[in-house]
Amino acid sequence: MSDRIRNLMLALLLVCAPSLAVSAAPNDAAAREAAPNAENPEIEQRMVRLAEDLRCLVCQNESLAGSKAELAEDLRREIRDQMKAGKSDPEVIDYLTARYGDFVLYRPPFKPVTWLLWLGPVLFLGAGAAAWYVTLRRRRAAAAEPPDEQKLAAAARLLKEDQ
Amino acid sequence: MKRWLPLLAFLVLVGFFAKGLFLNPREVPSPLIDRPAPAFKLPLVGNDAASFSPADMRGKVWLLNVWAPWCVSCRQEHPVLMQIAQGGRVPIVGLNWKDRDREAAMLLARAGSPYLAVPEDLDGRVGIDYGVTGTPETYVIDREGIVRMKHIGPISPDVWKEKFEPKLKELGA
Repeated sequence: MSDRIRNLMLALLLVCAPSLAVSAAPNDAAAREAAPNAENPEIEQRMVRLAEDLRCLVCQNESLAGSKAELAEDLRREIRDQMKAGKSDPEVIDYLTARYGDFVLYRPPFKPVTWLLWLGPVLFLGAGAAAWYVTLRRRRAAAAEPPDEQKLAAAARLLKEDQ
Repeated sequence: MKRWLPLLAFLVLVGFFAKGLFLNPREVPSPLIDRPAPAFKLPLVGNDAASFSPADMRGKVWLLNVWAPWCVSCRQEHPVLMQIAQGGRVPIVGLNWKDRDREAAMLLARAGSPYLAVPEDLDGRVGIDYGVTGTPETYVIDREGIVRMKHIGPISPDVWKEKFEPKLKELGA
């Protein structure tokens, strides 16, 4: 019994490990290269933190915080200005998605069109678990079945012939 | 049947990847479609005293072409725009985007202007309001001032025929 629990834990760990690795990765390297703005370090920090989760639309695999594209500079200026005007982070995000769409967000929002995206992994995990369960039960049922006397006799005969 | 299942799953995956391979990553869907074109008021190139606002175009189907003198694909697009302008079917307004060297007037004088008006967006703020990511981009705006279509990249004769003409027909232009 404890064997089975240990196997289950092991399987769960194997399934979850890659997702842990992925969720830890994106931020460290995502350059904090936005030009320093000594004018208001607090706003600058807030802007960089927000921009790290936003996509630069010119070089699409770079964050808005790390990109040196001119448009990214303009958008950082825009975010700075809005923060200076007292806008909250969600308000700034709304401002950007109203113009560039959800594509600017590295974390897509949870809404009907993205349900499959967010829940897909859970669905696959569920399907896998179900398949696993069914296979195990079938195997156990097969093992529990009393052996077929006739087949056993045939097998014994064949073995004897070999000797 | 069971034996073919992995192959089937693999083929479905290949199907998705093949589709993804032929999509253009620049074609980001615009949230502006079927929404009112953002309002602005900008001075005209070569005539700072005059200005342009999208409200001036009420009652007309028109194109807002975002371009810049430093943009190479805009030059490639220029003859096509000239032809469209000569056709007289829709007026084209050319938003001059981030033209810091202010070369637009000179360039248009030399190469000819397909534009009804050329408002000047020096700091790119109006561009941001329209979700411009690069030049050229072209918006189709209807009689009520609603954005009906956005095209990213230069307009080629084929793009004009296949993408713009049906849309303009639908909008009654």
